[in-house]
Amino acid sequence: MTTPAPVETIDPSAVAGQKLVEKFPGAVTADERPGYSGWVISAEKLTEAAAFIHDELGYDLLSSVTGVDYLEEGKMEVVYHAYQTTGGPALVFKVRVAREDPVTVPSVTPIWVGADFQEREIWDLYGIRFEGHPDLRRILMWEGFAGHPMRKDWKEAFHEEEVKPFKSRWPGGEHIFAENRTAYGDNVSFEAGFDPEKWIPTDPEEALYASLKKYKTEVIDGIPTDHILVNMGPQHPSTHGVFRAVVMLDGENVVSLKPVMGYLHRNHEKIGERNTWLQNMPFTDRLDYFNSMSNNWGYSLAVEKLMGIEVAERAEYLRVIMAELSRIQNHFILIGMLMNDLGAYFTPALYAFEERELILDIFEAASGSRMMCNYHRFGGVVRDVPEEWMKKIHGLVFDRLPGKIDEFDRLLTENELFVSRLKGIGVLTPEQAVNTSMTGPMLRASGIPYDIRRADPYGIYDRFDFNVAVRYNGDMYDRYLIRVDEMRESLKILEQALKQIPEGPVNSQKPSYITKVPAGEAYGRIEAPKGELGYYVVSTGKPNPYRYHVRAPSFINLTSLEMTCVDEKIADFVALLGAVDIVLGELDR
Amino acid sequence: METYGKGILKGLMVTAKHFLDSYLEDIKWWGRKRYFSPEGIAHRGSKDAKGIFTVQYPEEKVPVPEEFRYIPFLVYDEGENGEKDIRCTSCGICAKACPPQCIWIVRGSDPETGKPITQPAEFYIDADICMNCGFCSEYCPFDAIKMDHDYEIASYGRNLLDINNLLKSSKYYAEIRPLNNALEEAARAEKAAAKAAKAAASG
Repeated sequence: MTTPAPVETIDPSAVAGQKLVEKFPGAVTADERPGYSGWVISAEKLTEAAAFIHDELGYDLLSSVTGVDYLEEGKMEVVYHAYQTTGGPALVFKVRVAREDPVTVPSVTPIWVGADFQEREIWDLYGIRFEGHPDLRRILMWEGFAGHPMRKDWKEAFHEEEVKPFKSRWPGGEHIFAENRTAYGDNVSFEAGFDPEKWIPTDPEEALYASLKKYKTEVIDGIPTDHILVNMGPQHPSTHGVFRAVVMLDGENVVSLKPVMGYLHRNHEKIGERNTWLQNMPFTDRLDYFNSMSNNWGYSLAVEKLMGIEVAERAEYLRVIMAELSRIQNHFILIGMLMNDLGAYFTPALYAFEERELILDIFEAASGSRMMCNYHRFGGVVRDVPEEWMKKIHGLVFDRLPGKIDEFDRLLTENELFVSRLKGIGVLTPEQAVNTSMTGPMLRASGIPYDIRRADPYGIYDRFDFNVAVRYNGDMYDRYLIRVDEMRESLKILEQALKQIPEGPVNSQKPSYITKVPAGEAYGRIEAPKGELGYYVVSTGKPNPYRYHVRAPSFINLTSLEMTCVDEKIADFVALLGAVDIVLGELDR
Repeated sequence: METYGKGILKGLMVTAKHFLDSYLEDIKWWGRKRYFSPEGIAHRGSKDAKGIFTVQYPEEKVPVPEEFRYIPFLVYDEGENGEKDIRCTSCGICAKACPPQCIWIVRGSDPETGKPITQPAEFYIDADICMNCGFCSEYCPFDAIKMDHDYEIASYGRNLLDINNLLKSSKYYAEIRPLNNALEEAARAEKAAAKAAKAAASG
């Protein structure tokens, strides 16, 4: 293998930023706080600047939008990460506004529809109003919830202390059950004059139903015809957990659809801001619980960026091996479960589980747990894979899995019933897919060959020879086929990684439960099996992150759900949702 | 598409093969125990596994790998007269590293002088909160707290473990994690030898 001569690189995002400054003199400034990067845009010019960034500079994929509460400075900040689908680093731009209610920022949804759910999330959790947003309702908390829980001055019901470790644990550790620390003690506050006894709740669903296309009665051929409102979920076998979709139907056809989520919301990000840096690692396992190996990687990538440390060489390979094995088992399960959604009950799903079990055996031997792996540490991984298990990985990758993927292919790909249920259903054009911030297989099935492993390589992915899987029809059949393609590409990467893996230590740092992270911000993102998994972290140099945000692919990939379902049959909704590949642990966070 | 149904037939061949394999595998294993034997269970979890794949829990159990982690326990060394020499020094590192903060330690004190001593007076782990991440055992400098292999802890009540429930002997630890224990013992012996050499040199 020859290494190419180093090319002098110009950061294209810096060039784009300069253009932005020239175009909007006085309204755009570079963010010069130590450890920060990007551009600060004044709120008045945001809409214009966003249109310029999208249309002229070509940053067509708005990956992440997130809020930060700078309580002490009296500021609220909205941070945008935009990318070009042709590849390259992010253009980071921010809006800073005074922290006085009502906090308002113009919405960028007219330019990037993908900001829809994310702006709703920021409104919900931070109380920043987005002017011009078509449907600004709460998304994770329920309508009627008091306060905005991610604000730094908001405290949860069992609030004990601002940050961990809690002082009551040592040296005089008295155990108290959480429920005995009453929820009605210090943490409940009512507005002046509010009497809970006399409170009459308003219908929390009113705004939701109002957001659907209006219920109407039409007379067709002399017969009065009604639209029907159907609630799919939250308890419904098709929704893969506690997810709910409110569907307006015209006969069997979907007229409009609104996803309702947050039933599994535990405010992962608030917990993350109480935890120390290292303590967040096992919590990331609980996001997308099928792929804890990938989740760990995204988080350690972001924190390692901030710390400015190198990852041990062998650990880099182990990370790739684990992440790609994780992708293979994820796609196996996805296809198996998609078949369940289509009515082919459990034969394909159990074939898929067979392979998954073998892969989980490897995770268990390496990390100690099948699903909650907690395998990564800053600077490497927690421990090496035992020799005999390395052989087992070889056996799987070289002997077993290639044949099993082919077998799945034979079992399903040409099956006429299967094809007729999937082909041409739920088409998402490339323009729509990019604009709604689809990532991962959803985007690539629509003909955009955008894979972070290639477009903005992290870890050691630049060393491997693999193709970015891409399909062009954007229908459900392609969303199935792309998963099969991706499994084959993952095997290619695995084969190379297993051949190249060097001996050596698996962590570049000394093991310690204390992590020193310099002040600043970082965004680490990886190509998780479900799409782009990003972590935005802000450090103030303290032992706990000041801001910890997860850009969850399951969550944002649902932005296009209504688009794909409208005019399809209600039965196809089940499969369309299945093909998005959501996991509620990550969706609701 | 020439013949409608060709794809379905192709798929059915796969299911037929799986169906036949479940019998053929049993015939291949004729005379050897495919079920209720360690080799049989190991084979069903290997890359060559075919046919019936499931394990009949609880009659059959898949052995857990050495690194498998479940609720932590405290290690004690057995003294000459059978007394329990607890390794824990109540330094509090595990309680500080614990992500869900499920460890409570009361530091012991000398009954006469009242000064803190290197022994825990109380040690609680709320196993209902524990997330089995393994940080406590990973960062313990005294090899005093370790993750268990016993995953069958279902009970009718809450699992609040106090020091009496938590203590397990170092023999048990050596049994469940032989490789780790050997490494740790070697490291401790080395440390002790270095200390002795230093003491000898200084006087």
